[in-house]
Amino acid sequence: MSQDTLFDKVWDLHKVSSLPGGSDQIFIGLHLIHEVTSPQAFGALKDKKLKVKFPDRTVATVDHIVPTDNQSRPFKDNLAEQMIETLEKNCLEHKIRFFNIGSGNQGIVHVVAPELGLTQPGMTIACGDSHTSTHGAFGSIAFGIGTSQVRDVLATQTLAMNKLKVRQIWCDNKLSKGVYAKDLVLHIINKLGVKAGVGFAYEFAGPAIHELSMEERMTICNMSIEGGARCGYINPDEKTFSYIKNKLYAPKNEHWDRALRWWESLKSDENSIYDDVIKLDASKVEPTVTWGITPGQSISINQQIPLLDDLSPNDKLVAEEAYEYMSFKPGQLIKDTPIDVCFIGSCTNGRISDLRVAAKVLKGKKVSKNVKAFAVPGSEKVATEAKQEGLDQIFKDSGFQWREPGCSMCLAMNSDKLIGNQVSASSSNRNFKGRQGSPSGRTLLMSPAMVAAAAINGKVSDVREFIN
Amino acid sequence: MKSEFTPPIGKISNINGQCISLIGNDIDTDRIIPARFLKCVNFDSLGQSVFEDDRKTLKGRHPFDLEENKNSSILIVNSNFGCGSSREHAPQALIRWGIKAIIGESFADIFYSNCIAIGIPCFTLPKKSIEEIQNYCDNKFLFLEIDLKKSFAKSKDLNLNLEIKESSRKMFLSGEWDATSTLLDNEKLIENKFNQLPYIKFHSHYS
Repeated sequence: MSQDTLFDKVWDLHKVSSLPGGSDQIFIGLHLIHEVTSPQAFGALKDKKLKVKFPDRTVATVDHIVPTDNQSRPFKDNLAEQMIETLEKNCLEHKIRFFNIGSGNQGIVHVVAPELGLTQPGMTIACGDSHTSTHGAFGSIAFGIGTSQVRDVLATQTLAMNKLKVRQIWCDNKLSKGVYAKDLVLHIINKLGVKAGVGFAYEFAGPAIHELSMEERMTICNMSIEGGARCGYINPDEKTFSYIKNKLYAPKNEHWDRALRWWESLKSDENSIYDDVIKLDASKVEPTVTWGITPGQSISINQQIPLLDDLSPNDKLVAEEAYEYMSFKPGQLIKDTPIDVCFIGSCTNGRISDLRVAAKVLKGKKVSKNVKAFAVPGSEKVATEAKQEGLDQIFKDSGFQWREPGCSMCLAMNSDKLIGNQVSASSSNRNFKGRQGSPSGRTLLMSPAMVAAAAINGKVSDVREFIN
Repeated sequence: MKSEFTPPIGKISNINGQCISLIGNDIDTDRIIPARFLKCVNFDSLGQSVFEDDRKTLKGRHPFDLEENKNSSILIVNSNFGCGSSREHAPQALIRWGIKAIIGESFADIFYSNCIAIGIPCFTLPKKSIEEIQNYCDNKFLFLEIDLKKSFAKSKDLNLNLEIKESSRKMFLSGEWDATSTLLDNEKLIENKFNQLPYIKFHSHYS
């Protein structure tokens, strides 16, 4: 059992009681909600005649269902309109802070909370969304929950949970040029497998992680869940603190000094005990692309799609399913695979630094005429910042559509969808069958820079050929 | 798809039913219930849409469409079942279709919690035993009697020692698996914790 890791410390700090069944009751410091997984939870509160226990500890925004082309109300999609109205009503009734469209602070929940300074080290954070692990980038313990657990947090501000084991993933050296956090996390998931993290929290550590910006760290922690780990985190450091400083809801004045002193004490001890430790060399990671139907099925840009015989018995079943669904042949190169749609956005890679790096590749170039490309900023703040920097113009000049913030084609709950068996190059997090809205649509996950390169060439390309 | 759905309440100690086998590793919650069905403010109509896209692709040959499975209630799956999205809509769709328990090699963490929260016990068995059951289901009907107290399942031909997290087993047996009231029992402790946490006092907008 792990000892003295950041996970242990934050868990112990938030433990309210040991429950009769053997699980722990954990206090949730920050609860984030959105329109998709909360309505039934509010419904259950009503049925049970319960109130929201600490309305101040819950913050809401709307992201999954919002259209990215025309956001005027009522939405064209009646069901989407009904969902946003339900959230508005619930927030009003229960006095929950809600960042609605046009507030300047709306966006994907995992982009919004960090940029507002709500996400802070040492907190427990829960949200009815599996990518809540994103917030672990700040040294918080953050995890996705289902709707019944959303109900529990609303009613009690606590959850019944079994403590997770802790695996440290130590990344030596640093990433090479043209290789990004997305490549590193895809590489990690490929090496460990999509279910290795079941029952674990992942601590990402080592020089390569230390080197990453806060936004890159969020990309890493965001995809912990794709490796099966409900929670992923990074010990906070100077970069963490300076990112938070002066954000809207960051502690101010003497509160800041007190917060900083506490945060500085929050990290895994040097001799802490882990349930497992994995080491890897980040300098060996190359631009990485998925070829299959799980985020673990990835290869480097110059590699061939694996042969069935090269895979472990456990991986063969899904590989066979993937060859068929993706129409790829074992041994085929991934490079030069024709692309129909390019998507830059999502809670994994829809932040300002993602747009900057993609814009750098796109500047002065044109999107291939066979490609439909669109960029969806992660939040209203990201959109504003991008416009101030002229990034929106670079995207538009290249042939990208520039859209309004939301989850968009990461999960295609709005009208941004693949059609038929289109192939998309996507900066999102899941390449599951049908994930991007068409039951036969095919998704290749990659970094935003790689998506930009694919957009220009109309096929999977090595972004290193575009940058000096 | 059964006509009337009543959510389980109280103690769950015995589940008897016919098995339905679904072969495949890493079957994600997007496949169990595609995202377009999440546009709803209640779970009522999800049962009919479970595995919608997989079923359409298989044109009537999906296990959830086969006539012989229509009264099944115990789902047999392989490893990492329910990975991906945290959508509780996935187990809500399964339970509304008629699934009362799941036996598999392994389950994704969030999916497992969601099942437990709505009253679907999830049991694990080694890969070999799962394959044995799935082979059996290929040829014959399998009716299992699951005894949660003994973590044991039996049929005419099979005896299975099931694994389930002890905390989940106890919750179902005691009938306290609907967590809200258990958690609220500690209201005083919750308030104490709230007052002790250092960061509660840091927030400009909370003060």
